Amino acid sequence: MDESRPIFVQIAELIENDIIGGALPEETQVPSTNEFAAFHRINPATAGKGVNLLVDEGILYKKRGIGMFVATGARDRLVVKRRDQFQSEYIRPLVTEAGKLGISEAQLVEMIGSASRATTSGRATTASGEAATE
Amino acid sequence: MTAVIEVSHLSKHFKGVQAVDDVSFTVEENTIHGLLGRNGAGKTTLMQLITAQDFASSGDIRVFGESPVENARVLQNLCFIKESQKYPDEFQPKHVFASAPWFFPNWDAAFAARLIDDFRVPLNRRIKKLSRGQLSSIGVIVGLASRAPLTFFDEPYLGLDAVARQIFYDRLLEDYGEHPRTVVLSTHLIDEVSNLLERVLVIDEGRIIVDEEAESLRGSATTVVGTRAAVDAFVAHREVMHRDQLGGLASVTVGRLDQAGRVEAAEAGLELSPVSLQQLIIQKTNVSHTEFEVTS
Repeated sequence: MDESRPIFVQIAELIENDIIGGALPEETQVPSTNEFAAFHRINPATAGKGVNLLVDEGILYKKRGIGMFVATGARDRLVVKRRDQFQSEYIRPLVTEAGKLGISEAQLVEMIGSASRATTSGRATTASGEAATE
Repeated sequence: MTAVIEVSHLSKHFKGVQAVDDVSFTVEENTIHGLLGRNGAGKTTLMQLITAQDFASSGDIRVFGESPVENARVLQNLCFIKESQKYPDEFQPKHVFASAPWFFPNWDAAFAARLIDDFRVPLNRRIKKLSRGQLSSIGVIVGLASRAPLTFFDEPYLGLDAVARQIFYDRLLEDYGEHPRTVVLSTHLIDEVSNLLERVLVIDEGRIIVDEEAESLRGSATTVVGTRAAVDAFVAHREVMHRDQLGGLASVTVGRLDQAGRVEAAEAGLELSPVSLQQLIIQKTNVSHTEFEVTS
């Protein structure tokens, strides 16, 4: 856990990551508050606060007597929210650091382009590999 | 929310020492409270007063809505695990566990057996022959398995190794999740327990100096490190809690930073590091100490 931010916010983000990454598909049950607390070694009330944050945002919903479930459409809404944060959390620090190192805007664009191509070709290889084994 | 402990204007003085000085606070039902503070700050005295093992000089204490003094209704719902519990000379651990149900109506023998196994307590050895850590494990087991609605742990783990302490934290969280109750944990190992706590009470020189949600204390301070000029510019419009300087470098602790503040710091080339609960309390208990010296 990151010391600088409230734990319940971090718990909410971990659940969000699992929803975006597909580990928690829509309409599946999420672990209980006590399970989160035991796993992350935190106070159950704190874990509950994190879960409730996502309930308030409509990402999770409660089935009475059963538990918490991922809402339909949760993933799309989270992706939109994360894209907004992407600018401030990734792009601005990247540009600042590039500026410090004297990397020009054109060079930066070129670097992003080649990194992006490497990742996509990597993904393409994996995808064809999977296709071959099927 | 119901208050399990209500303390108002509580004071206790011993000869020439003001151990507890006009203290007021409440502890809500089914929470884990941390009672933190330096040696001799008044933690143990405070817990002795609440559990009616000592008499207050002045002020009022309500436990489950009643005065705890010689009140069986209140006392049978309490469990107080002390730093150094004394047992009769001939006692073996098995005698402690066999007699515990007489005092604790909620005692769970199966849970106790599992904990005895976890902590590897030798049941048939005389208590006098046990190591400091083994003695502490007995206290921890009694405190957990008693499932008292209100449990105090006063420095429960003197001599306990890191593995045993982790077992204590894990079992406490697990069992608290299944059987919610009120726990007051007094300790010096603040970083180890900070994530377990819902609320934090810090006592210093007999006074409560912090009474807050653990979550609102977390991130309430950040240390900013960088060149002196950059740091000075950054903290100019912020409240400075602590400052260190080394040549052209400065390290300054300020209050909570929002996302904009973090971006501003990053763009100014400053390093940010979080201040842990333990560091925060060290700073707070130091500050009040110097204030005390100035006023006296």
